[in-house]
Amino acid sequence: MASSATTVQEIRPPGRISFVGRVLSGDNLAQTVAFICATLILVVTAALVFELWIHSAISREKFGFHFLFTSTWDPVAGNFGALPFVYGTVMTSALALLIAVPFGVGAAIFLAELAPPKLSDGMTFLIELLAAVPSVIIGLIGFLVLVPMLSVVVPAIKDLFGDHPPFFFSGPFYGVSIFSAGVVLSVMVAPFIISVSREVLLAVPKDLREAALALGATRWETTWQVVVPDARRGIMGSIFLALARALGETMAVTMVIGNTPKISASLLAPGNSMASVIASQFTEAVGNLYLSSLIEVGLVLFALTIVLNGAARLLILATGDKGASR
Amino acid sequence: MKLSLRRKAINAVMLALTGVCTALAVGLLFFILGYLFVQGGFSLNWNFFTKLPVPVGETGGGMANALVGSAKVLLLATCLGVPIGFLAGVYLAEYAGGAYASVIRFITDLLNGVPSIVIGIFVYTLLVVRTGFTTYAGGIALAIMMIPISLRSTEEFLRSVPTALREGAMALGATKSRTIATVVVPAAIRGLISGMMLNLARVAGETAPLLFTAFGNQFWSPGWAQPTATLPAMIYAYAVSPYPDWHRQAWAAGFVLLTLVLLVNITARSIVASGSSHKSR
Amino acid sequence: MKRFTTALVALTMVALGAIGQTLINGGGATFPYPMYSKWFNDYKAKKGVQINYQSKGSGFGVQQITAGTVDFGASDYALTDEQLKEFRDKRGMDVLEFPTVLGAAVPAYNIPGVTATLNFTPEALAGIYLGRITKWNDPELVKANAGVNLPNKDIVVVHRAEGSGTTFIWVDYLCKVNKEWETKVGRGGSVNWPVGLSSQGNEGVAGQILQTPNSLGYVELTYAIQNKMRYGNVKNAAGEFVQASLASVTAAAAVAAKNMPEDFRVSITNAPGKGVYPISSFTWLLVPEKISDPAKKKVITDFLTWMLKDGQTMTEALSFAQLPKEVVAKEVKAIAKIK
Repeated sequence: MASSATTVQEIRPPGRISFVGRVLSGDNLAQTVAFICATLILVVTAALVFELWIHSAISREKFGFHFLFTSTWDPVAGNFGALPFVYGTVMTSALALLIAVPFGVGAAIFLAELAPPKLSDGMTFLIELLAAVPSVIIGLIGFLVLVPMLSVVVPAIKDLFGDHPPFFFSGPFYGVSIFSAGVVLSVMVAPFIISVSREVLLAVPKDLREAALALGATRWETTWQVVVPDARRGIMGSIFLALARALGETMAVTMVIGNTPKISASLLAPGNSMASVIASQFTEAVGNLYLSSLIEVGLVLFALTIVLNGAARLLILATGDKGASR
Repeated sequence: MKLSLRRKAINAVMLALTGVCTALAVGLLFFILGYLFVQGGFSLNWNFFTKLPVPVGETGGGMANALVGSAKVLLLATCLGVPIGFLAGVYLAEYAGGAYASVIRFITDLLNGVPSIVIGIFVYTLLVVRTGFTTYAGGIALAIMMIPISLRSTEEFLRSVPTALREGAMALGATKSRTIATVVVPAAIRGLISGMMLNLARVAGETAPLLFTAFGNQFWSPGWAQPTATLPAMIYAYAVSPYPDWHRQAWAAGFVLLTLVLLVNITARSIVASGSSHKSR
Repeated sequence: MKRFTTALVALTMVALGAIGQTLINGGGATFPYPMYSKWFNDYKAKKGVQINYQSKGSGFGVQQITAGTVDFGASDYALTDEQLKEFRDKRGMDVLEFPTVLGAAVPAYNIPGVTATLNFTPEALAGIYLGRITKWNDPELVKANAGVNLPNKDIVVVHRAEGSGTTFIWVDYLCKVNKEWETKVGRGGSVNWPVGLSSQGNEGVAGQILQTPNSLGYVELTYAIQNKMRYGNVKNAAGEFVQASLASVTAAAAVAAKNMPEDFRVSITNAPGKGVYPISSFTWLLVPEKISDPAKKKVITDFLTWMLKDGQTMTEALSFAQLPKEVVAKEVKAIAKIK
């Protein structure tokens, strides 16, 4: 593993010292400590999985895989299913990306292609600060400002459609809803998309741009048809990063999603996400089955994060080093 | 070749739109800051910083205990999370190679991606059911969140120190650990401190894990083994309540929290930016 | 950097230095929270003892006292036999329940343009929460509110997401007055609501109602009064439309008080009699039978004694009704059960 340093004081016969001997000698104490810390991370993660697994045993045994496909959440009857929350997480994340990706990539294009370097750096700095705003504060503004505002704006827009609103926007709107949660999430993930996409766009070689321009393309055509496609894997990586953040987002979503464990076709209906149901019901869950079911939801969320992580890594591997940076 | 009017128009419109997107993104930040300032800044009074919460429905209370509580929890988290992540990062950058290092990196990324609420569940089932709600449980939960980032940032900054420095030190007779301690780390110190501050700023706003660990307290929390109020948890509780006074305090607390987080963030970045040997951001 | 460290150390010492005050931790029902927060604040001022109470929901009180993470819990519903058994299994002893005050769950609403106090029949409330009655100007509501201009708008139903005693009181009442509710949804701290949206705690429901036009939700009386919300009258078992008040809530407990069982587990929803508000309830503090730490035990028993005497004089200012005298007498004796 590591090479033990040969100093003027100690000259060791090569390959003869036992592992324990090396571990106990002075210099390698530091290495051992470092090694322990590194291993500690493995231990903590293993403990995490272990705890999630055994504390969800009751509901896992009772419901099996049906848990993922049942949409009832009935504490009185003792019937629990995670589908409404998986649905909520997926829908809010999808909506967040739907909003954030066009805006984000658009802003990244502006910052990478059009803005003068100093302005670009300055604005990127500010946008990255947006990523640092804590979730609970976005939730605060979301609940006390955005939701009342949407309560006025959305019905007004709906009225424009008269009796036939588009499918996903049917039904009454109470402010707290999947839609509001999606909007709030998009604010939180957009900075990641902008920051990473901008870096990837900047990394595209100048020659490609110049070649396209020389062939008579407009600025926009160059950007859209040459530069962006060249950077597309990195942009995809940024989207994965954004998605990973969106999946686990708890506080802002809990405050505006409406806490209703039901699946509705309409985005205007209140809903629930995996993270938000845990946040709102965990410490008040009475009964072993109820608590176990909530922990199982946590397990499902964890598994989803792993899957996404794995997919993102595969993407990075497939593109060499052009993928998302961290 | 003359450009058709259509192509010119598309060009102009689309480029303008990208500008609009950027303006929106930047504008959002100013909106959030501005709104918090207007709503919360004016609510900041002496009471807020010095008084404890008062009974439901009464006015005049403050968040003094939450400010101290947050400080305690973050202090513990930093004292636990940063050193462990740092040492592990040292291990990956200086000692390890090959399979084990890849495994550690992979698992660290995994841990980094775990939603904070799941970490809250973990600390609850592992610790809280045995000890009750405590400040240190909250600190541990946040420490677990700090470790992966501390590790990654340490590894990154240590790796960026040129090998020549290491070799020079070793040639002079220093042991490996001596080299790391006296040569490599100081060379990377700017980046390491900056990374630590960014890490701190990130967990300072975390609420979810604290809900299941530090719980809450309307009084001062003595020592480390009692529940404590924390700023993010108070913001959450007060925001969804119906009392205008509580809303006012939530805005004020939000303003304080955001200001601190942004200040730490900006300071951290300027440390790195002003340093000579580093790629930015 | 050095000064910063010193400051931090000093801060820690200050924080640590606040030791010396026995700190008891409890949590649970949001229903009586206005009362408890006042009691515990005053108790600290008078006796110097810190009792930390966090309002999270009755489910929290039951779950956490069973898990042993808090010193006492609070719940607006008496534990079921199953929950008592779980406590016994987990902790190896029994849990004692001490009623503290009487309160009421009221139907609070926010209808722009309607300032009158509405009358709600049991059928109306059940129908609304079942999703059968969807508009404010439904015949069932119009029938009981002659002269009020109810709009043709959707009713936005608000309820609780987490395990809640207020929910229990509400659905317990609905079960008693509506067969369909009893079979379809049943009673519990947390139920499978047919319609509506959820908020956290009484605080959250009150906040949601205030923010949402045309909404209806159930909150404890004090929350409705403190936030100047409109709340309706409910038709009781005797056929009268009664508004929740100190008198009507006290009347609801009159019958039960005379026949209070030893473990204090009763439900007084839909109580018979005149002038009774039908959605009333006791609320309980949950205390383990054996407390190993003598200092903590003294604090809890002292507080309970204080609560039953001085504490009862403070309830009416916050719109909670005092406990009936018979119940108080029985409780004072029951405190001795805590070992």
